[in-house]
Amino acid sequence: MSEVAVIDARRRWLALAPAYLVIGVFMVIPLMIMVAISFMEQNVYGGVFRVFSTDAYTQFLFQRDFDGNLVFNPAYLVILGRSVALAAAATAICVAVGFSVAWFIVRQPPRRRNLLVFLITIPFWTNLLVRAYAWVIILGRGGVIDSPFRALGLLGPDGTLGLLYTNTAILIGLTYTYLPLMVLPIYASLEKLDFRLVEAASDLYADKWWTMRQVVLPLAAPGVIAGAILVFVPALGDFISPNLLGGAKRLTLGSLVQFQFATARNWPFGAAVAVILLVFVMASLALYVRLTRKAGKAGQP
Amino acid sequence: MSARTRRRAETQAETHSGAGRIAHFGWLGPLALAFYAFLYSPIVVLIAYSFNDSRFAMIWQGFSLKWYATVLENGDIQTAALNSLVVATAATAISVSIATVAALALARGGAFRGKTLSMGLIALPIVVPEIVTAVATLMFFSAIGLSLGLGNLIIAHTVFCIPFAFMPIRARLQGMDETLEQAAADLYASRWEAFRLVTLPLLAPGIFAGAVLAFVISLDDFIISLMISDAGTTTLPVYIFSMIRRGVTPEVNAVSTILFSVSLVLVSIYWLASRPKKDEA
Repeated sequence: MSEVAVIDARRRWLALAPAYLVIGVFMVIPLMIMVAISFMEQNVYGGVFRVFSTDAYTQFLFQRDFDGNLVFNPAYLVILGRSVALAAAATAICVAVGFSVAWFIVRQPPRRRNLLVFLITIPFWTNLLVRAYAWVIILGRGGVIDSPFRALGLLGPDGTLGLLYTNTAILIGLTYTYLPLMVLPIYASLEKLDFRLVEAASDLYADKWWTMRQVVLPLAAPGVIAGAILVFVPALGDFISPNLLGGAKRLTLGSLVQFQFATARNWPFGAAVAVILLVFVMASLALYVRLTRKAGKAGQP
Repeated sequence: MSARTRRRAETQAETHSGAGRIAHFGWLGPLALAFYAFLYSPIVVLIAYSFNDSRFAMIWQGFSLKWYATVLENGDIQTAALNSLVVATAATAISVSIATVAALALARGGAFRGKTLSMGLIALPIVVPEIVTAVATLMFFSAIGLSLGLGNLIIAHTVFCIPFAFMPIRARLQGMDETLEQAAADLYASRWEAFRLVTLPLLAPGIFAGAVLAFVISLDDFIISLMISDAGTTTLPVYIFSMIRRGVTPEVNAVSTILFSVSLVLVSIYWLASRPKKDEA
């Protein structure tokens, strides 16, 4: 080995120092400060009092009644539940549609395959906010979806299917936003698949559903798991879809955090909700690491 | 692509279509068609309605370019667009420099203790939900009393641009032939000469792809900019959000269409730059 290929330790750390410094100071330290503030007391005039307190976390589960007693308050648990349910539903839809589409693409001739994959990436790189806003026009009162129903007389001239500002609208937004993140990793794992196995199953008179479930799906598992994590994690903390498509009443963890900082100005509570969101994300990632280890072991002959 | 790999690709294609005949589901074609329609319909609607003559975004009244004229006359939009460009340019330059040296250290530094940790640290801005990063950064800037105007935005954008700039650069380094750098050293090139004359030119497409990616990511960022920016440092997505808040008008569609076109051009450049050349691979 010559000198150039392997950089010595001193130079290596010197080269890594800027990345460590920037991410350490402007990402790791802010996260630590966020955790610290979640354990402080709210200053109603903005900012915080530097006193240790678990008020913010208590507020997530309880509220004080007129006598000052703590009473269980499920309002924020409902928001947590809504976030998890919507993210899980979006992930499930993305797995079903993403797998089917990836299976369709992988069976095309190579040239067309590349084009189809490229077509998936284009909308993905365009502004997220703008794409979610487009759904406001489509789902809104008298929008693209309502118009044909009005024209056919199925709805009155001012009638609407009322799709906008519902959980369904948030779900459409989340699915739309993150679907490409599901198709691409599944496609990547299907592309590497040894298709002689599929043929062998067919030669042995296996039914095509059995082949998909017993042969293709286990081999594509790493892609499905990777896609599920790529969809679930950002969907859980999504702010744009709930804010634009869900309306003011349907908060999720992401929009609740934003609300606490932008409107309510309760920093400790906002920080506590952000910490809770972060814990859920880290738990999903830990699960992902465990699942991929298992899938990796199962994939070995 | 060599003749052999091409032949292998072709045989693989045959087996793939062979498998297609075997595990064939009639509904897959229509489903894929519906998928692409779903993917593109919002964009088509957005662009179409930007040419709408009506004041109300949702009711079609006829073709008009007046909303584009309104956008071009709107000074606030121009200021916001300029802010976005300044922030994206600065964040791209800084993050690409940081990512390049980090990628070199990790790809050419051999195995060392803390390598996995380093990779994890660089990936951290992607892993943490954007809204969490946004409020954490907001509290941090407030705690240390940092208010540099656009400087705050540039710092925040640099952080989350680093992993996006890092990925294509590292991918390029991993695909590069190390023997060329070794040959340069054998021919008595100094370390710096070998880097400048051999490594850097070979790495250039990766750096360029990383820069385009970082630029697009910064230009499109909304949530972090929303929390960090104040009245004087509004970026274009934050301004669009405030327009949506005030009501859905075709003016929003016109700005959005312009932003979409810019992203499309940049992504096409990125795609061309990151695509492996025919003689390589």
